[in-house]
Amino acid sequence: MSTATAVDERVNKASPLTRIMRRPEIGALMGALVVYIFFSVADQTGTFFSLDGTARWTDVASTYGIIAVAVALLMIGGEFDLSSGVMIGSSGLFAGLLMTEYSIGVWPSIFLTFLFAAAIGFTNGWLVVTTGLPSFIVTLAMFFSLRGINLGVTKLLTDTVRVAGIAELPDGSPRPGYESAKAVFASDFSAYSFRIAVVWWLALTVVATLVLTRTRFGNWIFAVGGDSNAARNVGVPVRRTKIMLFMYVSMSSCLVGIISLMRLKSMQAGQGVTQEFIFIIAAVVGGCLLTGGYGSAIGGTIGAAIIGMAFIGIAYAQWNTDWTWLFLGLILFVAVLTNSLIRRRFQGARK
Amino acid sequence: MTETSSHEPAALALENVGKRFGSVIALSDVSMSVPKNRVTCVLGDNGAGKSTLIKILSGVHTPSDGQMYVNGEPTTFSSPREALDMGIATVFQDLATVPLMAVWRNFYLGNEPTRGFWPFKGLRAKYAKESCKAELANMGIDIRDTEQPVGTLSGGERQAVSIARAVHFGANVLILDEPTSALGVKQSGVVLKHIRNAADAGISVVFITHNPHHAYLVGDNFYLLNRGQMMAEYTKDNVSREELVKAMAGGAELEALAHELGAKG
Repeated sequence: MSTATAVDERVNKASPLTRIMRRPEIGALMGALVVYIFFSVADQTGTFFSLDGTARWTDVASTYGIIAVAVALLMIGGEFDLSSGVMIGSSGLFAGLLMTEYSIGVWPSIFLTFLFAAAIGFTNGWLVVTTGLPSFIVTLAMFFSLRGINLGVTKLLTDTVRVAGIAELPDGSPRPGYESAKAVFASDFSAYSFRIAVVWWLALTVVATLVLTRTRFGNWIFAVGGDSNAARNVGVPVRRTKIMLFMYVSMSSCLVGIISLMRLKSMQAGQGVTQEFIFIIAAVVGGCLLTGGYGSAIGGTIGAAIIGMAFIGIAYAQWNTDWTWLFLGLILFVAVLTNSLIRRRFQGARK
Repeated sequence: MTETSSHEPAALALENVGKRFGSVIALSDVSMSVPKNRVTCVLGDNGAGKSTLIKILSGVHTPSDGQMYVNGEPTTFSSPREALDMGIATVFQDLATVPLMAVWRNFYLGNEPTRGFWPFKGLRAKYAKESCKAELANMGIDIRDTEQPVGTLSGGERQAVSIARAVHFGANVLILDEPTSALGVKQSGVVLKHIRNAADAGISVVFITHNPHHAYLVGDNFYLLNRGQMMAEYTKDNVSREELVKAMAGGAELEALAHELGAKG
């Protein structure tokens, strides 16, 4: 605080603990610790705790986390995107078809795919702000439309439901540009095979956190989600802010689509479908309010980490992986319950 | 009508302005002028068209007919941003602050202090927090902690923050939409004091209210709006508080009501 203004006597001195507990992602962080300890103990193979195990669960968490962070920002901005899962498949297929069917180079294809994703995100956002319909409905329609287009176009062009042969040209020689693209999007590093997607995930978390808390655009995200009328009245470009958020979400799905395409060297038409709720779960577990205006980017990352640990931890505990979904359901409920209890206990804020 | 005979153009003026929403005529043929450094009150009961008028003045709606003038220049706003850029700031009744956001974030919302170059343009958070507290203190508003969400402030404090924000960002014209309607007696007094201070500091204030007592305390000019039309215009010299209250309440009707109630009591 400035030297001029003394601490007001009406302010209850907030202890450091209370200050920490006021953070939106604190519930998720404690949840992550509990889940981590739980699976370290339940582990039957002795690898969950090791660097190998860590590489495994961070790998799962990274592809969820890249999108969950974007979805968290969108939810703070007061909107939903249900097309974020199917966009993984759409972008992978789009890039794959450009390479295999239209013989466009790897890097130009990736560039065009990001443009395509930006256009889809723009369409989502533009439709939401123009029609005034709930984003739940608009993006649900986009979800089903893309799901149909993914299948239809892929079958039309390849007569199968997948695009394959990304790594090689039809004559069997390596596709130019594939190796460099793979290095950027899908390489491993270190002896424990940590994937580069983890770096993308953590870097995007840092960037999103800085944008949210340390830029005026971040201030606008909170404002349009908290009260879009008030935001518009004081001169915040509400429409532009929301459209940008939708574009960010679909472009992060696109990044994951490209990562999957480079890893698998092929893409199924159904890829990514049903994952949209995982991103929303991660954001909500991370402390985002469903009604908007509150949350953090790092919360989305912690939520994704919990989900990654659950997927891998259950396998290492040698339980039937069918139980994963039950586990996710319970995590979601407990996390949201704890978040709201913590908020009431420590915020002391009228809501 | 005793027009202040300065050749200075009015800060804000409307000429025969009307607004229709489909078949609903919200305002028709409304003319008014907001002289500089004065408090201009617009009085009207519920449904009189006050909200529509305020939205036209602040750029939320564009008028269907008529012309608006800013400093004598014909002007049309297509968004609140444009009005803000011309120094016309509006404090809406309920919609001026985001409850979940901290006081300092609200104070600078839409006018965030930044430094550096894109894409490394950062919010000057520390500076914003400190200057927000200092600015509010300058205007006699004592906020406990600028980190607390605005939703935890009282109604009067929220209005005060909104007014202080508008004044701080160099508003020439300050439009206030029923700033005292939800407040207690003492809090209303505080807000009225801020209104007077703002006018004395050289700001033209448009004070929209349904309370003639509040209006008379701070106002210089008074407009009476009813059923979408401008019914009367007064200045402080040619109207008493009683007359204003009477005109506002529909005059004779109120007297009849008082008699009736008096007879029973």
